[in-house]
Amino acid sequence: MTRLNTMVLAVVAAAAVAAPFFLKPFGIFLISTWVVLTIAAIGLNLTLGYAGQISLAQGAFVGIGAYTVALLTPTGVPFFLAFIAAGLLCFAIGWLLGYPALRVQHHYLAFVTLAFGTLVFLVLRNEQWLTNGIYGITGTARPELFGWPMSGARNFYFLCLGVLVVLSFATWWMLRSPWGRAFVGLRENPVRALSVGVDTRRYTLMAFAIGSSLGGLSGALYAPLVQFIEPNSFTLGLSFNLLLMVIVGGSGYFFGPFVGALIAVLLPEWLRVTEGYYLIVYAAAVMVMMAFCPTGVLGLTERVVRLLSGRLKAPPKVPGTQTLTGDAGT
Amino acid sequence: MASFIQLLVSGLATGAIYALIAVGFTLLWQTSQTINFAQGEFVMLPAFFVLAAMNAGAPFWLAALIGIALSIVVLGILFKIIVVDPMLKYGVLPLVISTIALSLFLKESVKDFYSSQAQPFPTLVPAIDIRVFEAVISTQSLVVLAVAIATVVALNLLLNKTRLGRQMQATAQNATLARILGVPVRRMVLYTFLINAVLVAIASILVSPIYLAKFTNGETLGMAAFIAAIIGGFNQVRGAILGGVILGVLDNLSAAYISSQYRGAFPLIILIIVILLRPQGLLGRVEERSV
Repeated sequence: MTRLNTMVLAVVAAAAVAAPFFLKPFGIFLISTWVVLTIAAIGLNLTLGYAGQISLAQGAFVGIGAYTVALLTPTGVPFFLAFIAAGLLCFAIGWLLGYPALRVQHHYLAFVTLAFGTLVFLVLRNEQWLTNGIYGITGTARPELFGWPMSGARNFYFLCLGVLVVLSFATWWMLRSPWGRAFVGLRENPVRALSVGVDTRRYTLMAFAIGSSLGGLSGALYAPLVQFIEPNSFTLGLSFNLLLMVIVGGSGYFFGPFVGALIAVLLPEWLRVTEGYYLIVYAAAVMVMMAFCPTGVLGLTERVVRLLSGRLKAPPKVPGTQTLTGDAGT
Repeated sequence: MASFIQLLVSGLATGAIYALIAVGFTLLWQTSQTINFAQGEFVMLPAFFVLAAMNAGAPFWLAALIGIALSIVVLGILFKIIVVDPMLKYGVLPLVISTIALSLFLKESVKDFYSSQAQPFPTLVPAIDIRVFEAVISTQSLVVLAVAIATVVALNLLLNKTRLGRQMQATAQNATLARILGVPVRRMVLYTFLINAVLVAIASILVSPIYLAKFTNGETLGMAAFIAAIIGGFNQVRGAILGGVILGVLDNLSAAYISSQYRGAFPLIILIIVILLRPQGLLGRVEERSV
């Protein structure tokens, strides 16, 4: 299993590096979008897949991050400083938002974040002096890295990919640490986690705040990627989309967000034939998947692989043991 | 003062509609732990059933009945059997995701198969303005209030005065115990879905003349229902009613007197205050934390 996984990972990594050399500019834009959305989805996966909380504000955090960079860089703040500021700001807001919601019951975070998403949209739209309202902000400059301009589509893609790799490793490392174990404990058995001394409320809050800050970092790349941001890009629709990405990919699987974001970015292109009906098809597919395989595409793959290997080799795996390590499916 | 009364009456009317939606929402939660994120779209859809029936030549009253009947079949029975039942064994979270997908599905279906334009919707009574002292009050608001109050009274009678209603309450309070006592729990759960379908259909017929029938209507209405349910108390029908009315009145007053641009923000602020100070809601009882 592990060797197979390593091989798959290596092939995917090679493809991700080689892809921009074979793609047209629009293709490069698509895979850049995939990379940027994956970062936001990884953040949401921490909240949803590990801490078991539904956040419907991830789109709003992407928006906050995008606006932070779009507003700071023209004033002379270096991009990377603005990038970090976006992450910190979203961490702080996530903490403040999660604090009251998580005092009570688990589903309250969903409602509070739903309302928060709307509030952020209203602020972005109404505070014209700051955000230029519905006219949006154009031409956020792409940064230079050690004197290399990142303005070309291909270079900027590699910058995004680099950020994704760094953040993925950071997340992976965090999930392996005692801290991350506590996150997994929240999902697997909250009562037991509490009884062995894990402060579940604090860890849930932490997972949500870190997840939100990843949303902000994703937005910080989104602004220079699309070069035009407006409040309508960061409505509830984006939050729903990110949520569906995590679910479709497989929430709680480390690589779930990668797969989910890829599907969400590519599917609209493939389903061009269905024209306007794309969202209907997508929504119906999600409902069907939730009914038959709520663990997403990776959960399904795991099931199929297990079934096949079970037929070939005798010893069946005890269900559930893999997910305890937090990176099942890898 | 006159404008205050006007705002109060129209706020009460809006609040009564919110209350109907929120009551259905809490009923589903109580009996089957279904958090229906498509509740707003459930209110949006029946108006289009009615319009479709009218396009087919039915007079308004008949179309309204057809709308309610279709709503019972689609949003009650089919929703329960196709979406909720297969999901219940996985717990609360996957069902939430599924209803989010359902809301998207319903919204896009109406947009693609009916119209993306706002459709005019017939009023129950001709809109005439009545002058009470200085205030101008629309007959529409009064009819909305009357129908909503009648619906809530009927629902209360059903829940508290009939054997069926008491069985439903027993199911909501403790399904296992109810089953031991011989209550057909599964059927009771189905009935709450039917009641929810009727409530959203009535809300739809009341709200569509005011907001016009549009595929995006569900977004604000669903949100208002969630917030009303939380303000009033998630586990109480009368809490949802109180929450809906408070929300409707405050929404109208704050839009007029404080800021119309931030109209959508006031419910959020009320929500956060309630969650901070009285997390079980104004009338709710404290539930054990599940964690």
